[in-house]
Amino acid sequence: MVAGWFTGEGDDFRLLGTRCSACASVFFPREDHHCRNPDCGGGELAPVPLSRRGRVWSFTDSRYRPPSPYVTDPELSWEPCAFIAVELEPERMVVLGQAAPGITVAELAVGLEVEVVPGVLHEDAETTWTTWHWRPTGVTA
Amino acid sequence: MTEEVAVLGAGMHPWGKWGRNFTEYGVAAARAALIDAGLEWRDIGAIIGADTVRGGYPGYVAGATFAKALGWQGARVTSVYAACASGAQAIEAARAQILAGLADVVLVVGADAAPKGFFRPAGGDRPDDPDWLRFRILGATNPVYFGLYARRRMALHGDTPDDFAQVKVKNSAMGALNPFARYRGRVTAEEVAGSAVVADPLRLLDICATSDGGAAVVLSSMEFARGHGQAEPVRIRAVSTVTPRYPNTVLDLPEIATDSAVAVDPPEETFRRSITRTAYEEAGIGPEDLSLAEVYDLSTALELQWYEDLGLCGEGEGVKLLRDGATALGGRIPVNVSGGLASFGEAVPAQAIAQVCELSWQLRGEAGDRQVVGARVGITANQGLFGHGSAVIAVR
Ligand SMILES: [Zn+2]
Repeated sequence: MVAGWFTGEGDDFRLLGTRCSACASVFFPREDHHCRNPDCGGGELAPVPLSRRGRVWSFTDSRYRPPSPYVTDPELSWEPCAFIAVELEPERMVVLGQAAPGITVAELAVGLEVEVVPGVLHEDAETTWTTWHWRPTGVTA
Repeated sequence: MTEEVAVLGAGMHPWGKWGRNFTEYGVAAARAALIDAGLEWRDIGAIIGADTVRGGYPGYVAGATFAKALGWQGARVTSVYAACASGAQAIEAARAQILAGLADVVLVVGADAAPKGFFRPAGGDRPDDPDWLRFRILGATNPVYFGLYARRRMALHGDTPDDFAQVKVKNSAMGALNPFARYRGRVTAEEVAGSAVVADPLRLLDICATSDGGAAVVLSSMEFARGHGQAEPVRIRAVSTVTPRYPNTVLDLPEIATDSAVAVDPPEETFRRSITRTAYEEAGIGPEDLSLAEVYDLSTALELQWYEDLGLCGEGEGVKLLRDGATALGGRIPVNVSGGLASFGEAVPAQAIAQVCELSWQLRGEAGDRQVVGARVGITANQGLFGHGSAVIAVR
Protein backbone atom coordinates (compact mmCIF):
# COMPACT_ATOMS: atom_id res chain seq x y z
CA MET A 1 0.00 0.00 0.00
CA VAL A 2 2.69 2.48 1.05
CA ALA A 3 6.11 0.96 0.72
CA GLY A 4 9.14 1.97 2.73
CA TRP A 5 7.61 4.20 5.39
CA PHE A 6 9.14 2.27 8.27
CA THR A 7 11.76 -0.35 8.93
CA GLY A 8 13.06 -2.73 11.58
CA GLU A 9 11.46 -4.59 14.46
CA GLY A 10 11.21 -4.19 18.22
CA ASP A 11 13.66 -1.60 19.53
CA ASP A 12 15.04 -1.13 16.03
CA PHE A 13 11.68 -0.06 14.59
CA ARG A 14 11.95 3.35 12.92
CA LEU A 15 9.90 5.61 10.68
CA LEU A 16 11.71 6.01 7.40
CA GLY A 17 11.91 9.34 5.61
CA THR A 18 14.28 10.64 2.98
CA ARG A 19 17.02 13.24 3.19
CA CYS A 20 18.26 15.55 0.43
CA SER A 21 22.01 15.21 -0.16
CA ALA A 22 22.27 18.86 -1.23
CA CYS A 23 20.43 20.75 1.54
CA ALA A 24 19.86 18.07 4.22
CA SER A 25 16.07 18.62 4.25
CA VAL A 26 14.19 15.64 5.64
CA PHE A 27 10.85 14.45 4.29
CA PHE A 28 8.16 12.25 5.77
CA PRO A 29 6.22 10.65 4.18
CA ARG A 30 9.25 9.96 2.02
CA GLU A 31 9.85 12.25 -0.95
CA ASP A 32 11.60 10.24 -3.67
CA HIS A 33 11.56 12.55 -6.67
CA HIS A 34 12.34 16.21 -5.98
CA CYS A 35 13.58 18.10 -2.93
CA ARG A 36 10.81 20.49 -1.86
CA ASN A 37 13.08 23.19 -0.47
CA PRO A 38 12.48 26.07 -2.94
CA ASP A 39 16.07 27.29 -2.56
CA CYS A 40 17.64 23.90 -3.20
CA GLY A 41 19.05 23.02 -6.58
CA GLY A 42 18.09 19.43 -5.90
CA GLY A 43 20.11 16.56 -4.55
CA GLU A 44 19.82 12.82 -4.19
CA LEU A 45 17.05 11.72 -1.87
CA ALA A 46 18.25 8.87 0.30
CA PRO A 47 16.29 6.95 2.94
CA VAL A 48 16.90 8.12 6.51
CA PRO A 49 15.47 6.70 9.76
CA LEU A 50 13.68 9.30 11.89
CA SER A 51 14.21 9.77 15.60
CA ARG A 52 12.66 7.04 17.66
CA ARG A 53 11.49 9.38 20.39
CA GLY A 54 9.82 12.77 20.43
CA ARG A 55 7.45 14.95 22.44
CA VAL A 56 3.71 15.35 22.11
CA TRP A 57 2.85 18.49 20.07
CA SER A 58 -0.84 17.81 20.45
CA PHE A 59 -3.30 14.94 20.71
CA THR A 60 -6.94 14.08 20.20
CA ASP A 61 -9.11 11.08 19.45
CA SER A 62 -11.78 9.85 17.09
CA ARG A 63 -14.96 8.90 18.91
CA TYR A 64 -16.74 7.96 15.70
CA ARG A 65 -15.79 5.42 13.07
CA PRO A 66 -13.82 7.12 10.27
CA PRO A 67 -15.17 6.63 6.72
CA SER A 68 -13.48 4.57 4.02
CA PRO A 69 -10.78 4.26 2.79
CA TYR A 70 -10.04 3.60 6.48
CA VAL A 71 -10.70 -0.10 6.96
CA THR A 72 -12.56 -1.26 10.06
CA ASP A 73 -14.71 -4.23 10.87
CA PRO A 74 -18.32 -2.97 10.92
CA GLU A 75 -19.27 -6.03 12.96
CA LEU A 76 -17.28 -4.71 15.90
CA SER A 77 -18.30 -1.68 17.94
CA TRP A 78 -16.03 1.32 17.40
CA GLU A 79 -13.44 1.87 20.09
CA PRO A 80 -12.23 5.49 20.28
CA CYS A 81 -8.80 5.77 18.70
CA ALA A 82 -6.31 8.32 20.03
CA PHE A 83 -4.00 10.33 17.78
CA ILE A 84 -0.69 11.91 18.71
CA ALA A 85 1.16 14.58 16.76
CA VAL A 86 4.80 14.25 17.79
CA GLU A 87 7.55 16.83 17.59
CA LEU A 88 10.88 15.25 16.59
CA GLU A 89 13.60 17.57 17.81
CA PRO A 90 16.53 16.59 15.58
CA GLU A 91 14.36 16.63 12.46
CA ARG A 92 12.43 19.77 13.58
CA MET A 93 9.18 18.32 12.30
CA VAL A 94 5.84 17.03 13.58
CA VAL A 95 4.60 13.56 12.64
CA LEU A 96 1.02 12.40 13.24
CA GLY A 97 0.18 8.84 14.14
CA GLN A 98 -2.30 6.70 16.00
CA ALA A 99 -1.56 6.05 19.64
CA ALA A 100 -0.73 2.46 20.56
CA PRO A 101 -3.83 0.36 21.32
CA GLY A 102 -5.18 0.97 24.81
CA ILE A 103 -3.68 4.47 25.11
CA THR A 104 -6.42 7.06 25.68
CA VAL A 105 -6.34 10.85 25.74
CA ALA A 106 -6.53 10.69 29.54
CA GLU A 107 -2.95 9.39 29.57
CA LEU A 108 -1.57 12.07 27.27
CA ALA A 109 -0.27 15.60 27.70
CA VAL A 110 1.43 18.11 25.43
CA GLY A 111 5.19 17.78 25.98
CA LEU A 112 5.06 14.14 27.11
CA GLU A 113 7.80 11.90 25.70
CA VAL A 114 6.61 9.19 23.31
CA GLU A 115 8.31 6.59 21.15
CA VAL A 116 7.46 4.95 17.87
CA VAL A 117 6.43 1.29 18.00
CA PRO A 118 5.28 -1.18 15.36
CA GLY A 119 1.55 -1.76 15.14
CA VAL A 120 -1.18 -3.40 13.12
CA LEU A 121 -3.47 -1.23 11.03
CA HIS A 122 -5.83 -3.97 9.93
CA GLU A 123 -5.84 -7.66 9.23
CA ASP A 124 -8.04 -10.07 7.38
CA ALA A 125 -7.75 -13.76 6.57
CA GLU A 126 -4.97 -13.24 4.03
CA THR A 127 -3.11 -10.08 4.99
CA THR A 128 -1.86 -8.13 7.97
CA TRP A 129 -1.28 -4.44 7.27
CA THR A 130 1.39 -3.05 9.57
CA THR A 131 1.77 0.56 10.66
CA TRP A 132 3.46 2.76 13.28
CA HIS A 133 2.03 3.80 16.62
CA TRP A 134 3.13 6.39 19.16
CA ARG A 135 3.35 5.21 22.77
CA PRO A 136 4.36 7.13 25.91
CA THR A 137 7.85 6.03 26.96
CA GLY A 138 7.92 3.75 29.96
CA VAL A 139 4.64 2.13 28.95
CA THR A 140 4.95 -1.44 27.80
CA ALA A 141 2.29 -3.23 25.86
CA MET B 1 -2.39 48.67 -4.33
CA THR B 2 -4.50 46.92 -6.96
CA GLU B 3 -7.43 48.62 -8.67
CA GLU B 4 -10.85 47.90 -7.28
CA VAL B 5 -13.79 46.01 -8.75
CA ALA B 6 -17.44 46.58 -7.84
CA VAL B 7 -19.76 44.05 -6.23
CA LEU B 8 -22.98 44.81 -8.10
CA GLY B 9 -25.02 41.93 -6.76
CA ALA B 10 -25.01 39.17 -4.15
CA GLY B 11 -27.33 36.19 -3.81
CA MET B 12 -27.67 32.94 -1.87
CA HIS B 13 -29.72 29.83 -1.69
CA PRO B 14 -30.49 29.00 1.95
CA TRP B 15 -28.13 26.40 3.49
CA GLY B 16 -29.54 23.11 4.70
CA LYS B 17 -29.90 19.48 3.76
CA TRP B 18 -32.30 19.94 0.92
CA GLY B 19 -31.53 16.76 -0.97
CA ARG B 20 -31.58 18.44 -4.37
CA ASN B 21 -28.99 18.75 -7.13
CA PHE B 22 -26.26 21.32 -6.47
CA THR B 23 -27.10 23.04 -9.78
CA GLU B 24 -30.45 24.15 -8.36
CA TYR B 25 -28.73 25.91 -5.48
CA GLY B 26 -26.20 27.59 -7.76
CA VAL B 27 -28.79 28.78 -10.25
CA ALA B 28 -31.05 30.11 -7.49
CA ALA B 29 -28.11 32.02 -6.00
CA ALA B 30 -27.05 33.28 -9.44
CA ARG B 31 -30.54 34.54 -10.31
CA ALA B 32 -30.77 36.27 -6.92
CA ALA B 33 -27.41 37.96 -7.50
CA LEU B 34 -28.46 39.08 -11.00
CA ILE B 35 -31.72 40.56 -9.67
CA ASP B 36 -29.75 42.25 -6.90
CA ALA B 37 -27.42 43.73 -9.55
CA GLY B 38 -30.32 44.80 -11.78
CA LEU B 39 -28.89 42.77 -14.66
CA GLU B 40 -30.03 40.02 -17.01
CA TRP B 41 -28.08 36.81 -17.51
CA ARG B 42 -27.54 37.90 -21.12
CA ASP B 43 -25.68 41.01 -19.87
CA ILE B 44 -22.98 38.78 -18.32
CA GLY B 45 -19.73 38.53 -20.26
CA ALA B 46 -18.10 35.79 -18.21
CA ILE B 47 -19.15 33.17 -15.67
CA ILE B 48 -16.81 31.61 -13.14
CA GLY B 49 -17.75 28.46 -11.28
CA ALA B 50 -16.20 27.46 -7.96
CA ASP B 51 -15.85 23.71 -8.25
CA THR B 52 -15.79 20.74 -6.01
CA VAL B 53 -14.48 17.25 -6.67
CA ARG B 54 -16.72 14.27 -7.23
CA GLY B 55 -15.38 10.88 -8.14
CA GLY B 56 -11.84 12.24 -8.28
CA TYR B 57 -12.35 15.05 -10.77
CA PRO B 58 -14.02 18.47 -10.69
CA GLY B 59 -16.03 17.48 -13.74
CA TYR B 60 -19.60 18.52 -13.75
CA VAL B 61 -19.49 20.61 -10.59
CA ALA B 62 -18.10 23.45 -12.66
CA GLY B 63 -18.70 26.83 -14.28
CA ALA B 64 -20.17 25.47 -17.49
CA THR B 65 -22.76 23.50 -15.51
CA PHE B 66 -24.21 26.75 -14.20
CA ALA B 67 -23.93 28.41 -17.65
CA LYS B 68 -25.87 25.54 -19.22
CA ALA B 69 -28.55 25.65 -16.52
CA LEU B 70 -28.94 29.41 -16.90
CA GLY B 71 -29.10 28.94 -20.69
CA TRP B 72 -26.11 28.87 -23.04
CA GLN B 73 -25.49 32.45 -24.14
CA GLY B 74 -21.85 32.34 -25.19
CA ALA B 75 -20.27 33.82 -22.05
CA ARG B 76 -16.59 33.20 -21.37
CA VAL B 77 -16.32 30.40 -18.79
CA THR B 78 -13.79 29.52 -16.07
CA SER B 79 -13.90 26.67 -13.56
CA VAL B 80 -11.88 26.88 -10.37
CA TYR B 81 -11.04 24.16 -7.89
CA ALA B 82 -9.18 25.16 -4.72
CA ALA B 83 -10.98 23.18 -2.00
CA CYS B 84 -12.39 25.57 0.63
CA ALA B 85 -10.69 28.48 -1.14
CA SER B 86 -12.47 27.73 -4.44
CA GLY B 87 -14.90 30.62 -4.00
CA ALA B 88 -12.17 33.15 -3.30
CA GLN B 89 -10.11 31.96 -6.25
CA ALA B 90 -13.21 32.25 -8.43
CA ILE B 91 -13.58 35.86 -7.27
CA GLU B 92 -9.88 36.39 -7.95
CA ALA B 93 -10.28 35.03 -11.48
CA ALA B 94 -13.25 37.34 -12.06
CA ARG B 95 -11.29 40.31 -10.79
CA ALA B 96 -8.32 39.48 -13.01
CA GLN B 97 -10.56 39.27 -16.09
CA ILE B 98 -12.21 42.59 -15.25
CA LEU B 99 -8.94 44.41 -14.55
CA ALA B 100 -7.39 42.94 -17.70
CA GLY B 101 -10.29 44.24 -19.74
CA LEU B 102 -11.41 40.77 -20.82
CA ALA B 103 -14.88 41.24 -19.32
CA ASP B 104 -16.88 44.16 -17.91
CA VAL B 105 -19.25 42.16 -15.75
CA VAL B 106 -18.73 38.67 -14.39
CA LEU B 107 -20.98 36.21 -12.55
CA VAL B 108 -19.28 34.07 -9.87
CA VAL B 109 -21.18 31.00 -8.63
CA GLY B 110 -20.47 28.29 -6.08
CA ALA B 111 -22.81 25.54 -4.91
CA ASP B 112 -22.72 22.07 -3.46
CA ALA B 113 -24.84 19.26 -2.15
CA ALA B 114 -22.58 17.80 0.52
CA PRO B 115 -22.56 14.07 1.21
CA LYS B 116 -23.79 12.88 4.60
CA GLY B 117 -21.39 12.44 7.50
CA PHE B 118 -17.63 12.98 7.45
CA PHE B 119 -16.05 14.39 4.33
CA ARG B 120 -13.89 11.73 2.72
CA PRO B 121 -11.70 11.41 -0.34
CA ALA B 122 -12.83 10.08 -3.70
CA GLY B 123 -12.72 6.32 -4.18
CA GLY B 124 -10.02 4.04 -5.49
CA ASP B 125 -6.51 3.25 -4.24
CA ARG B 126 -4.62 6.49 -4.55
CA PRO B 127 -1.51 6.40 -2.33
CA ASP B 128 -0.08 9.47 -4.11
CA ASP B 129 -2.95 11.58 -2.71
CA PRO B 130 -2.23 12.93 0.81
CA ASP B 131 -5.97 13.20 1.46
CA TRP B 132 -6.49 9.52 0.65
CA LEU B 133 -3.44 8.58 2.76
CA ARG B 134 -4.55 10.31 5.94
CA PHE B 135 -7.85 8.47 5.83
CA ARG B 136 -6.44 5.10 4.75
CA ILE B 137 -3.40 4.96 7.03
CA LEU B 138 -4.65 6.88 10.05
CA GLY B 139 -8.41 7.34 9.85
CA ALA B 140 -7.65 11.02 10.45
CA THR B 141 -10.90 12.86 9.70
CA ASN B 142 -11.21 16.65 9.57
CA PRO B 143 -12.41 16.80 13.22
CA VAL B 144 -9.22 14.98 14.27
CA TYR B 145 -7.19 17.94 12.99
CA PHE B 146 -9.60 20.43 14.62
CA GLY B 147 -9.16 18.50 17.88
CA LEU B 148 -5.36 18.69 17.60
CA TYR B 149 -5.51 22.48 17.11
CA ALA B 150 -7.93 22.91 20.00
CA ARG B 151 -5.82 20.83 22.39
CA ARG B 152 -2.70 22.71 21.33
CA ARG B 153 -4.40 26.03 22.19
CA MET B 154 -5.35 24.66 25.61
CA ALA B 155 -1.75 23.66 26.29
CA LEU B 156 -0.21 26.86 24.92
CA HIS B 157 -2.70 29.56 25.85
CA GLY B 158 -4.85 28.05 28.59
CA ASP B 159 -8.05 28.07 26.51
CA THR B 160 -10.79 25.87 27.97
CA PRO B 161 -13.62 23.85 26.40
CA ASP B 162 -16.02 26.43 27.84
CA ASP B 163 -14.17 29.18 25.97
CA PHE B 164 -14.66 27.19 22.77
CA ALA B 165 -18.35 26.77 23.58
CA GLN B 166 -18.74 30.53 23.90
CA VAL B 167 -17.79 30.88 20.23
CA LYS B 168 -20.74 28.64 19.35
CA VAL B 169 -23.01 30.59 21.68
CA LYS B 170 -22.01 33.84 19.94
CA ASN B 171 -22.26 32.55 16.37
CA SER B 172 -25.56 30.77 16.89
CA ALA B 173 -27.04 33.96 18.34
CA MET B 174 -26.10 35.79 15.13
CA GLY B 175 -27.08 32.90 12.85
CA ALA B 176 -30.52 33.04 14.45
CA LEU B 177 -30.89 36.43 12.73
CA ASN B 178 -29.89 35.17 9.27
CA PRO B 179 -32.62 33.76 6.99
CA PHE B 180 -29.97 31.98 4.84
CA ALA B 181 -28.46 30.07 7.77
CA ARG B 182 -29.24 26.38 8.21
CA TYR B 183 -29.33 26.46 12.02
CA ARG B 184 -31.52 29.25 13.37
CA GLY B 185 -31.64 28.24 17.01
CA ARG B 186 -29.62 29.89 19.77
CA VAL B 187 -27.30 27.43 21.48
CA THR B 188 -26.28 27.61 25.13
CA ALA B 189 -22.92 26.65 26.64
CA GLU B 190 -24.71 23.86 28.50
CA GLU B 191 -25.98 22.44 25.21
CA VAL B 192 -22.46 22.45 23.77
CA ALA B 193 -21.11 20.76 26.92
CA GLY B 194 -23.92 18.22 26.74
CA SER B 195 -23.24 17.20 23.15
CA ALA B 196 -21.14 14.15 22.35
CA VAL B 197 -17.35 14.37 22.11
CA VAL B 198 -16.31 13.94 18.47
CA ALA B 199 -12.58 14.56 18.72
CA ASP B 200 -11.33 15.39 22.20
CA PRO B 201 -11.68 18.17 23.40
CA LEU B 202 -14.23 19.14 20.75
CA ARG B 203 -17.88 18.20 20.90
CA LEU B 204 -20.50 17.90 18.21
CA LEU B 205 -21.62 21.51 18.64
CA ASP B 206 -18.00 22.74 18.40
CA ILE B 207 -17.67 21.37 14.88
CA CYS B 208 -19.42 22.59 11.76
CA ALA B 209 -21.79 20.33 9.86
CA THR B 210 -21.80 19.56 6.15
CA SER B 211 -24.56 21.27 4.20
CA ASP B 212 -26.13 21.98 0.85
CA GLY B 213 -26.06 25.58 -0.28
CA GLY B 214 -25.23 28.09 -2.97
CA ALA B 215 -23.86 31.62 -3.23
CA ALA B 216 -23.15 34.01 -6.09
CA VAL B 217 -21.86 37.52 -6.72
CA VAL B 218 -21.88 39.79 -9.76
CA LEU B 219 -18.63 41.72 -10.13
CA SER B 220 -17.88 44.52 -12.59
CA SER B 221 -15.40 47.21 -13.47
CA MET B 222 -15.87 50.51 -11.64
CA GLU B 223 -16.63 52.12 -15.00
CA PHE B 224 -19.42 49.62 -15.69
CA ALA B 225 -20.81 50.16 -12.18
CA ARG B 226 -20.98 53.93 -12.65
CA GLY B 227 -22.59 53.50 -16.05
CA HIS B 228 -25.10 51.28 -14.35
CA GLY B 229 -26.05 53.98 -11.87
CA GLN B 230 -23.88 52.66 -9.03
CA ALA B 231 -21.73 55.63 -8.04
CA GLU B 232 -20.63 54.12 -4.73
CA PRO B 233 -20.88 50.35 -4.87
CA VAL B 234 -19.28 47.91 -2.47
CA ARG B 235 -15.78 47.32 -3.86
CA ILE B 236 -13.34 44.48 -3.58
CA ARG B 237 -9.95 45.89 -2.71
CA ALA B 238 -7.93 42.77 -2.07
CA VAL B 239 -7.99 39.05 -2.76
CA SER B 240 -5.25 37.02 -1.11
CA THR B 241 -4.59 33.59 -2.61
CA VAL B 242 -1.10 32.90 -1.26
CA THR B 243 0.44 29.46 -0.72
CA PRO B 244 2.45 28.52 2.38
CA ARG B 245 6.20 29.07 2.52
CA TYR B 246 8.71 26.29 3.12
CA PRO B 247 9.02 24.94 5.69
CA ASN B 248 5.36 24.96 6.73
CA THR B 249 5.69 23.94 10.37
CA VAL B 250 2.02 23.84 11.38
CA LEU B 251 0.40 20.45 10.78
CA ASP B 252 -2.22 21.30 8.14
CA LEU B 253 -4.93 19.14 6.62
CA PRO B 254 -4.50 16.80 4.85
CA GLU B 255 -0.83 16.25 5.74
CA ILE B 256 0.47 13.50 8.00
CA ALA B 257 3.59 15.49 8.91
CA THR B 258 4.92 19.03 8.72
CA ASP B 259 7.86 20.13 6.61
CA SER B 260 11.15 19.68 8.42
CA ALA B 261 12.85 22.90 9.53
CA VAL B 262 16.21 21.19 9.83
CA ALA B 263 17.70 22.78 6.71
CA VAL B 264 15.76 26.04 6.50
CA ASP B 265 14.44 28.07 9.44
CA PRO B 266 10.66 28.41 9.48
CA PRO B 267 9.21 31.67 8.11
CA GLU B 268 8.54 34.38 10.68
CA GLU B 269 4.79 34.07 10.28
CA THR B 270 2.47 31.10 9.93
CA PHE B 271 0.62 30.32 6.71
CA ARG B 272 -2.67 31.63 8.08
CA ARG B 273 -1.02 34.88 9.18
CA SER B 274 0.53 35.32 5.73
CA ILE B 275 -2.90 34.92 4.10
CA THR B 276 -4.35 37.88 6.00
CA ARG B 277 -1.20 40.03 5.89
CA THR B 278 -1.13 39.75 2.11
CA ALA B 279 -4.74 40.94 1.94
CA TYR B 280 -4.03 43.87 4.27
CA GLU B 281 -1.01 44.92 2.21
CA GLU B 282 -2.91 44.73 -1.06
CA ALA B 283 -5.79 46.77 0.38
CA GLY B 284 -3.54 49.29 2.10
CA ILE B 285 -5.39 48.87 5.38
CA GLY B 286 -4.77 47.20 8.73
CA PRO B 287 -6.80 45.23 11.25
CA GLU B 288 -7.60 48.46 13.11
CA ASP B 289 -9.61 49.64 10.07
CA LEU B 290 -11.98 46.65 10.03
CA SER B 291 -15.69 46.91 10.77
CA LEU B 292 -16.27 43.15 10.65
CA ALA B 293 -14.72 39.81 9.68
CA GLU B 294 -16.08 36.54 8.33
CA VAL B 295 -13.75 33.63 9.09
CA TYR B 296 -13.77 29.89 8.60
CA ASP B 297 -14.98 28.55 11.95
CA LEU B 298 -14.66 24.88 11.01
CA SER B 299 -14.43 24.46 14.76
CA THR B 300 -15.07 26.91 17.56
CA ALA B 301 -11.39 26.76 18.57
CA LEU B 302 -10.29 27.60 15.04
CA GLU B 303 -12.25 30.87 15.11
CA LEU B 304 -10.13 31.97 18.09
CA GLN B 305 -7.01 31.16 16.08
CA TRP B 306 -8.25 33.40 13.25
CA TYR B 307 -8.63 36.37 15.65
CA GLU B 308 -4.90 36.15 16.20
CA ASP B 309 -4.04 35.45 12.57
CA LEU B 310 -6.15 38.47 11.52
CA GLY B 311 -4.17 40.62 13.96
CA LEU B 312 -7.32 41.50 15.93
CA CYS B 313 -5.35 40.69 19.08
CA GLY B 314 -1.98 39.33 20.08
CA GLU B 315 -1.02 35.66 20.00
CA GLY B 316 -2.83 33.71 22.69
CA GLU B 317 -5.28 36.56 23.35
CA GLY B 318 -8.18 35.24 21.27
CA VAL B 319 -10.17 34.08 24.27
CA LYS B 320 -9.77 37.45 25.98
CA LEU B 321 -11.10 39.20 22.88
CA LEU B 322 -14.09 36.84 22.85
CA ARG B 323 -14.76 37.21 26.58
CA ASP B 324 -14.62 41.00 26.28
CA GLY B 325 -17.45 40.79 23.76
CA ALA B 326 -15.35 42.47 21.06
CA THR B 327 -16.27 39.88 18.41
CA ALA B 328 -20.02 39.79 19.13
CA LEU B 329 -22.60 41.92 17.36
CA GLY B 330 -22.23 45.41 18.83
CA GLY B 331 -18.61 44.72 19.81
CA ARG B 332 -15.49 46.46 18.51
CA ILE B 333 -14.91 43.96 15.69
CA PRO B 334 -17.81 41.53 15.16
CA VAL B 335 -16.71 38.17 13.71
CA ASN B 336 -19.06 35.86 11.81
CA VAL B 337 -22.17 38.00 12.14
CA SER B 338 -23.61 35.79 9.39
CA GLY B 339 -23.57 32.99 11.96
CA GLY B 340 -20.47 31.49 10.35
CA LEU B 341 -20.03 27.85 9.47
CA ALA B 342 -21.42 27.12 12.93
CA SER B 343 -24.80 28.21 11.58
CA PHE B 344 -24.36 27.40 7.90
CA GLY B 345 -22.33 24.20 7.74
CA GLU B 346 -19.92 23.53 4.92
CA ALA B 347 -20.93 23.70 1.28
CA VAL B 348 -17.33 23.84 0.19
CA PRO B 349 -17.27 25.72 -3.14
CA ALA B 350 -19.98 28.15 -2.02
CA GLN B 351 -18.76 29.21 1.39
CA ALA B 352 -15.99 31.69 0.47
CA ILE B 353 -18.48 33.38 -1.88
CA ALA B 354 -21.13 33.40 0.86
CA GLN B 355 -18.65 35.21 3.09
CA VAL B 356 -18.34 37.95 0.45
CA CYS B 357 -22.16 38.10 0.11
CA GLU B 358 -22.37 38.80 3.84
CA LEU B 359 -19.73 41.55 3.59
CA SER B 360 -21.66 43.11 0.68
CA TRP B 361 -24.95 43.23 2.57
CA GLN B 362 -23.26 44.52 5.69
CA LEU B 363 -21.36 47.26 3.84
CA ARG B 364 -24.56 48.32 2.08
CA GLY B 365 -26.39 48.45 5.42
CA GLU B 366 -28.86 45.78 4.27
CA ALA B 367 -28.14 43.06 6.83
CA GLY B 368 -31.32 43.59 8.84
CA ASP B 369 -31.24 42.55 12.50
CA ARG B 370 -27.61 41.49 12.30
CA GLN B 371 -26.39 44.77 10.78
CA VAL B 372 -23.03 46.04 12.03
CA VAL B 373 -23.72 49.74 12.48
CA GLY B 374 -21.71 51.95 10.13
CA ALA B 375 -19.80 49.05 8.52
CA ARG B 376 -17.19 50.38 6.06
CA VAL B 377 -14.49 47.68 5.76
CA GLY B 378 -14.81 43.91 5.97
CA ILE B 379 -12.46 40.95 5.57
CA THR B 380 -13.05 37.26 4.92
CA ALA B 381 -10.52 34.55 5.72
CA ASN B 382 -10.28 30.87 5.05
CA GLN B 383 -7.85 28.13 4.27
CA GLY B 384 -8.38 25.40 1.71
CA LEU B 385 -6.98 21.89 1.70
CA PHE B 386 -3.61 21.31 -0.01
CA GLY B 387 -2.21 24.82 0.70
CA HIS B 388 -4.89 27.10 -0.73
CA GLY B 389 -5.05 30.41 1.12
CA SER B 390 -7.90 32.86 0.87
CA ALA B 391 -8.87 36.30 2.16
CA VAL B 392 -11.00 39.01 0.57
CA ILE B 393 -11.26 42.64 1.67
CA ALA B 394 -14.31 44.68 0.66
CA VAL B 395 -14.92 48.35 1.35
CA ARG B 396 -17.68 50.91 0.99
ZN1 LIG C 1 17.37 19.88 -1.06
